[in-house]
Amino acid sequence: MHEHNGQKYFVVDEHQHFWDASPENWIKGQEQYAKGWIECFHAYMGLAPPETHWPLEKFQKYSIEQYEHDVFEEAGVDVGICQSTFLRAWYKDGFNTFDRNMQLAERFPGKVIVNGRFDPREGEASMRELEEQHKRAPLKGVKVYTAEWYNGSRGWSLKDPEAMRCLEKVQEMGIKNVHAHKGPTIWPMNKDAFGIEDIDYVASMFPELNFIVEHVGLPRIEDFCFVATQEPNVYAGLAVVLGGLMYARPRYFAKVMGELLFWVGEDKMLFGSDYAIWEPKWQIEGFLNWDFPDDAEFSDYPRLTEASRRKILGINAAKLYDIQVPEGLGVPEPPETPAAQDTSQLVETGSQ
Amino acid sequence: MTSEERAGAPGEGAVGTPSGALSTEERVLAALDAVIDPELDEPITTLRFVSSVAASPDGDVDVALRLPTPQCAPNFAFLMAADARDAVRRLPGVRRVTVTLEDHYTGDEINGALARGQGFTGAFPGETADDDLTGLRELFSRKALTARQANLCRSLLSTGATAEQVVAMTVAELPDGPEARRCVALRAQLGIDARPRAPAFVLPDGEPLSAAALPRWLRMASLIATSLETNGGICRDLLAVRHGLEQGHRRSDGA
Repeated sequence: MHEHNGQKYFVVDEHQHFWDASPENWIKGQEQYAKGWIECFHAYMGLAPPETHWPLEKFQKYSIEQYEHDVFEEAGVDVGICQSTFLRAWYKDGFNTFDRNMQLAERFPGKVIVNGRFDPREGEASMRELEEQHKRAPLKGVKVYTAEWYNGSRGWSLKDPEAMRCLEKVQEMGIKNVHAHKGPTIWPMNKDAFGIEDIDYVASMFPELNFIVEHVGLPRIEDFCFVATQEPNVYAGLAVVLGGLMYARPRYFAKVMGELLFWVGEDKMLFGSDYAIWEPKWQIEGFLNWDFPDDAEFSDYPRLTEASRRKILGINAAKLYDIQVPEGLGVPEPPETPAAQDTSQLVETGSQ
Repeated sequence: MTSEERAGAPGEGAVGTPSGALSTEERVLAALDAVIDPELDEPITTLRFVSSVAASPDGDVDVALRLPTPQCAPNFAFLMAADARDAVRRLPGVRRVTVTLEDHYTGDEINGALARGQGFTGAFPGETADDDLTGLRELFSRKALTARQANLCRSLLSTGATAEQVVAMTVAELPDGPEARRCVALRAQLGIDARPRAPAFVLPDGEPLSAAALPRWLRMASLIATSLETNGGICRDLLAVRHGLEQGHRRSDGA
């Protein structure tokens, strides 16, 4: 757990990676993409406090011991959730595969959760792979990357019939959480691939599933907020919001947090560090020390309380992932009602 | 020459130009001020996306553009590069224009199409039927209009105007400034009446805003403004990190 000013906090970091982007892993002929990708990530690290920056070589490939040091020892994270991103077109053994992430889960039992992934364009093979992963380590979540290029396709939608069948299968398997990367535009060619209308649709179609929108739909925060207001099972994954803004752009960070607290609410916001793009320690400490600037511009946003900090740092994710929270580290019930919930109920009632 | 050199050396004329006259490079940079990143609604010059401009004595112009990351979305990259090419081409005395997008993972496709004078489908055949990406441009123009109106509206309310007074205002009554001028330009582009006596505040479809709808509209419109500004901030920071530029806005958000 993380200790701060004599208080103990239960921390679930819902967005981590354990990648290998070292030159030895680059596919011949695809070097420019493999190199460009990791250098792009490395540039994002530049938005963190300078004392936490890594040299590129360390950033390309880091060890299990490094992960243990940065995540558990330094930051006091209780549970890390690894999101798999394959990128097999550019990296020989993949970038951040299920198998690679499983090295962490096997080394740190009970402290690392690895999510599976599917891509409906790969057909049956994708679901077979998911089932095999599920057998190896019962999955609680999957990561989907709708903007990924594949075989001439420039992305897909969760509304596609093939994708809907995958979601049905995911639900049958007892997996509850679907993390969708709706974040900074990396591949997308057409606007649909990074739109989040598909989340709106599937969240209504699959009320039993939770949809965690990673990076809160950046650069389309507004589209995300409007969807999250209407769908009770849509959550905000804060990776990039903290890492990319809290230090580099504190006033924008305050505005974005204010908007998220208003539209989405503190019960549906989840801390994610995006490790190793950014180390979790400075993000957790920064978040615990943070409050709105004393300025009229921020005066009508909902306030962040001790309870909201605890929820966002770990309690909300613990609920989604059935993680036992040690006694005394939870939050007092009942949760406060987010300001926007009345509106969402009106909209839902109105549309029935 | 780059936009930064221009900013850093005001009034410095090029060698061989008559005193008081602008060099071709300076005219090119001025033309590029009108090229807007549609996603951020800001000129590519102030975003520091113009990495170099060079002109030969015969009027051949080379413009190099750079984006915050090699993976920035190709559709927006193409729009900015093509708009830059068209803006420079319109300048009197310019003969050949070469716009090059530097260090981008679809740079070859985009630069090839630009050199051939083609549209987006020339760069990426079969990707979309919308060769000049009109739909994409329009979507973001509507967002930008909403965001800029929100900034104007907030500023009016903060100086004591009531909701009724705000919605009764006309275009001509808006406080003159870059925000109001950009609203007019965006309305013209979207086919929304922007004449002096038209209502100052309109919904994305061009319908006038009502006083009753104002509070909720403002909440949503402010969110769009926050989103645009935040994305602009991230893009500036990434560009600065990638190219070793000074992050002048760090920790102050440019305020």
